[in-house]
Amino acid sequence: MSDPKTPVNWDALEAKPEFRQLLSRKARFIMSATVFFMAYYLALPVLVGWFPELMKTQVLGKVNLAYVFALSQFVMAWVIAFIYVRKAASWDKEAATVIQDQH
Amino acid sequence: MSIALSMFVGFVALTLLITFWAARKNTGASAYFAAGRSITGWQNGLAVAGDYMSAASFLGISGAICLNGYDGFMYSVGFLVAYITVLLIVAEPLRNAGKYTMADLLAYRLSPRPVRAMASLSTLTVSTFYMIAQMVGAGVIIEKLIGASFHTAVIGVGVLMLVYVVFGGMLATTWVQIIKAILLMVGALMLSVLVLKYHGYSLGAFFDAITAATYAGTEAPKNLLQPGLQYGVAVKGPWGPTDFLSLSLALVLGTAGLPHILVRFYTVPDAKTARSSVVWAMAIIGLFYILTTFFGFGAATILEKSQILSDGKPNPNMVAPALAQHLGGELFFAFISAVAFATILAVVAGLTMSASASFAHDFYTNVIHHGRETKPGQEVKVARITAFVVGAVSIGIAIYLGPSVNAAFLVGLAFAVAASANLPVIVLSVFWKRFNTTGAVAGLSVGLLSSIVLILLSPNGVFGKAGAVFPLENPGIVSIPLGFLAAWLGTVITARDAAGEAKFAELTVRAHTGLGAEKAVSH
Repeated sequence: MSDPKTPVNWDALEAKPEFRQLLSRKARFIMSATVFFMAYYLALPVLVGWFPELMKTQVLGKVNLAYVFALSQFVMAWVIAFIYVRKAASWDKEAATVIQDQH
Repeated sequence: MSIALSMFVGFVALTLLITFWAARKNTGASAYFAAGRSITGWQNGLAVAGDYMSAASFLGISGAICLNGYDGFMYSVGFLVAYITVLLIVAEPLRNAGKYTMADLLAYRLSPRPVRAMASLSTLTVSTFYMIAQMVGAGVIIEKLIGASFHTAVIGVGVLMLVYVVFGGMLATTWVQIIKAILLMVGALMLSVLVLKYHGYSLGAFFDAITAATYAGTEAPKNLLQPGLQYGVAVKGPWGPTDFLSLSLALVLGTAGLPHILVRFYTVPDAKTARSSVVWAMAIIGLFYILTTFFGFGAATILEKSQILSDGKPNPNMVAPALAQHLGGELFFAFISAVAFATILAVVAGLTMSASASFAHDFYTNVIHHGRETKPGQEVKVARITAFVVGAVSIGIAIYLGPSVNAAFLVGLAFAVAASANLPVIVLSVFWKRFNTTGAVAGLSVGLLSSIVLILLSPNGVFGKAGAVFPLENPGIVSIPLGFLAAWLGTVITARDAAGEAKFAELTVRAHTGLGAEKAVSH
């Protein structure tokens, strides 16, 4: 925790090149992950709604494409969470160096 | 005393003990509103899951899948995928820059009073709709399960929930949610194993049976894995697929704007723990919703129509308990009923907690008293009174509406408001420097109003199916873009807020490094 007597210079911290780099890497990941997961997720109601015959195709015994695609959404969510957590662990370290003088 | 009743009593006794323990530890606002920020990652993950998997999830989804097949399973998918938004965008900045409520994040660099007033209104709206849905569900289920009258059941749930919240605060509420999540997972796993056992532990036989289900609602066998039984063009008309897409949107974007989920991230020591608690929650919630395959689809292969009838109509809420009774006998039926009861209580307590925190912290302290407590402990006192009022009002409305009100309609409204009003302003206030107070107030109010108006004009609304002005039951596909558009337009047509933009640097550093974040209270 920073000393209350010496106020934190937020603008200086924000302007640090290390912080800017961290931020842009983070933003790039969050943006691309969000675009990907929204597209993958919304493909489900779109395909099921407008191409029901395709989605009724049985692919695994009597199990159809619609159910397999729905189940793959769970895997997709867990995989994105896994990648994010690994990336976030390294961002944590970078963030700690940005604010190390403040402790 | 029946077995079901004794299990209810056992659960109530245990939770009251926890409340008594929590009440002794509750000193100060941070303890009351945020459990002293001392909850660990896995504990909070379970509590998030417990707060989230409502009676609508357990009883509602198993009923929806049993009666509508694949289309009901879409809820299961959306409810999990929604947590990516929570993980990537909301949880960590919220924990780093806020104190007790969603509005803390918004008020950070925007003009606090108008933003907090609107955010508080939206929080109270979402919580109240969600709570009435749970209360009505509770009344119906308890009436069926242990024979108490609807009024007695609703009042009983309301009073118990108030005891947890008023005396035990966030700490007791959290532990009620943790116990409930464990009970629910045990119940769901046992039910799934019993369904598989019925089909000779063969997944092949199980899925074969689903594709020719005797279908609890109809006579002829149906392939329940086929999409479109609820939202298909043949059933719902030309707007069916759009309605399905609209529902999917509200599910995936609504969760990150649900106030009772957001406040959970204040109960952990730091943003890192908030992150790990989302991961725990995603593991538990994902497993649970995959299991709905077994007790949802499975019910349709096992139950007969006569087993889920109430007043001559198939009652979706009775599918899970009826399945438990059919496969596991009276004892298991009693256990699943007690789980359903615990589920409702935990969710209702979480909702009341977040509604009262928002009123006390956002509206009373910050809007009326300009951010200063008049007396020490005043905020907690106001929150306790608010919890009492919110509880009493919800009990009153639930009894007034009676057992026949459509609970799914109210839950849908809560998700639509959360996605259309809360999410746009949370995202923009963290990521868009230019965002200003007018934009926030416009986004919140347009999101809130448009979802309510569209639902009132929908086939579920005031004019019924025939007179509906808006063709969709789910307003998300229109109201969510409207919320974002209003927030953007409100910002760009008004002057730049130099002071707010100057503070954006501070918010950004805080949100992404955790510097200066609220610390845990040491016990």
